[in-house]
Amino acid sequence: MPMQPASTEITSRTTAIIQELKGLEGPLLPILHGIQEEFGHVPQDALPVIAEALNISRAEVHGVVTFYHDYRSHPAGRHVLKVCQAESCQSMGSDAIAAKLKQLLGIGFHETTRDGSVTLEPVYCLGLCACSPAAMLDGEVIGRLDDEKLDEIVAEVRS
Amino acid sequence: MIPRIYIPADSGALALGAEKVAKAIASELAERGIEAKIVRNGSRGAYFLEPMVEVATANGRIAYGPVKPSDVKSLFDSGFLTGGPHKRWLGAPDKIPFLAKQTRLTFARCGVIDPLSLESYKKHGGLDGLTNALALTPAAIVAQVTESGLRGRGGAGFPTGIKWKTVLDTVGDRKYIVCNADEGDSGTFADRMIMEGDPFVLIEGMTIAGIATGATKGFVYVRSEYPHAVAMMNKAVEVARKAGVLGASVLGSPYTFDMEIRVGAGAYVCGEETALLDSLEGKRGMVRAKPPLPAHKGLFGKPTVINNVISLASVPVIMDKGAAFYKDFGMGRSRGTIPIQIAGNIRYGGLFEAAFGMTLGEIVDDIGGGTTTGRPVKAVQVGGPLGAYFPRALFDTPFDYEAFAAKDGLIGHAGIVVFDDTADMLKQARFAMEFCAIESCGKCTPCRIGSTRGVETIDKLAAGIEPEKNLALVTDLCNTMKFGSLCALGGFTPYPVMSSITHFPDDFKPAPVRVAAE
Repeated sequence: MPMQPASTEITSRTTAIIQELKGLEGPLLPILHGIQEEFGHVPQDALPVIAEALNISRAEVHGVVTFYHDYRSHPAGRHVLKVCQAESCQSMGSDAIAAKLKQLLGIGFHETTRDGSVTLEPVYCLGLCACSPAAMLDGEVIGRLDDEKLDEIVAEVRS
Repeated sequence: MIPRIYIPADSGALALGAEKVAKAIASELAERGIEAKIVRNGSRGAYFLEPMVEVATANGRIAYGPVKPSDVKSLFDSGFLTGGPHKRWLGAPDKIPFLAKQTRLTFARCGVIDPLSLESYKKHGGLDGLTNALALTPAAIVAQVTESGLRGRGGAGFPTGIKWKTVLDTVGDRKYIVCNADEGDSGTFADRMIMEGDPFVLIEGMTIAGIATGATKGFVYVRSEYPHAVAMMNKAVEVARKAGVLGASVLGSPYTFDMEIRVGAGAYVCGEETALLDSLEGKRGMVRAKPPLPAHKGLFGKPTVINNVISLASVPVIMDKGAAFYKDFGMGRSRGTIPIQIAGNIRYGGLFEAAFGMTLGEIVDDIGGGTTTGRPVKAVQVGGPLGAYFPRALFDTPFDYEAFAAKDGLIGHAGIVVFDDTADMLKQARFAMEFCAIESCGKCTPCRIGSTRGVETIDKLAAGIEPEKNLALVTDLCNTMKFGSLCALGGFTPYPVMSSITHFPDDFKPAPVRVAAE
């Protein structure tokens, strides 16, 4: 598992991100995206720093962070595999795809394998509906999933 | 002449292996010592042929597809750089039936040009609409858009010109153009395709909207599930700024307009316009009560035009060819063209831009070629997770806002998802409620609580517990959600649920009966 940075380090890196983006209109989401990119998640220790800099309450920042599915409270695995579970992919057997992945990886949705190699998540539409069922591995899109492609994915995340 | 090879970098093509094909072609070129230019274009939208590689020959473009990396050597051996015959040979792309049958107005350049070449964009009619607009008064631009009959392509179908007029007529020290690119509906990918394949058309449309309404700043709110579209839009804005399309003086005129690309954070409800505005402001994506309309008090309380990607991307062609030209396509009060996205269990899936008026049956059977599994079509969901499921009996419904409303459905963002006869409609109805429960912003009770109670009640139906009573309960609950919810999430979730119950009653019968029937 990645090392958790100390809180002073979180403060200084968070401050740097805030300084860069503070001038935007409505800067909170861009700042949170920046923080998640920096740390792989949004650390609790970053919240008071943001609240102070934007002159909003810590509760407001907490409210925003927890509202959006994308922001993580803990670091993800080295790979993140998102499997589409929306209607178009359902029509092409995404249920079975998800079940097979869970079995192959030995984890459920929103879980990370014990060796920290991969986090499995559902996603509701990747806009690849003419090539369902679809998934996204670390930002790379994969369409027309079948057993062969699933095996390739599993081999890649395990390597 | 150096040969030109077009290999799509559209997400859909990438998902089918376009990157590996591009690498294979590049290395084959190097190995054979051939000099050629590889252009990474968008997709033309015939996804059953992707990755579709095109070469520019003396006789025009020749397409090959679907190309696998293992085909590349033999393509070179057959002289594909000059259009030579090969088992993947498709001929001129415009003659491929799926593409030849379309009316491409909004998507005229998508998949044809290099998305980041402003020169290529101009050569294919780009910026003509903006140039025409600059010669008109703001009121005259708004009048053209109103006259064209363009209605919101995001799903609500509200006349775009009227929205613009409201913003033009509202006094404000600062006004905004917000583009809703939070394309979350399953079965839709038109916004993604245009952002990846022809980003300048969206920039041009937003700039025209700015000039027409007095807005000087634009935001595109793109969902985070579209990283390639985000990257492409950012690059295109940079190019447009350098070329003076965006900035203090739009194309040398006295008008100022600039824009920023913002990324969502995985909340479906942010596709609802007022939730999107809250999200842009850096808040939880909570739906606002209307009035005030965003046109009066929108982003940061300022007058704001908020339009879908396709609505804005359709404006340049209207300003280029005129309102009458655009209005000439379509039927009834649905004017112009609509990019229909044919998805799910379908043989020929992809984007099909056509004038309004085709029937659902023509789209699914004639264009889409039926299911890819080869089984009979059972249901077609039109308009995303909040759209109704249509049975074959309603396949004569023409693609038109009013015609779909009359059949208790909606065209939404024009995505259609096909299901074969293995689909369980009770399961689909349950998913609609479950999805609403996951994505509800929580502000209004019918949506927040109703969706969870809906899942529980449908589970009771599935278990055969008091079926008649529970069916009546779901129906009553849907009625409450439809009329009591603040926005379309809670308000339209009843569409997929009730259409499933109405058109596929057998799937809701108690389990023993269902088993016996099979």
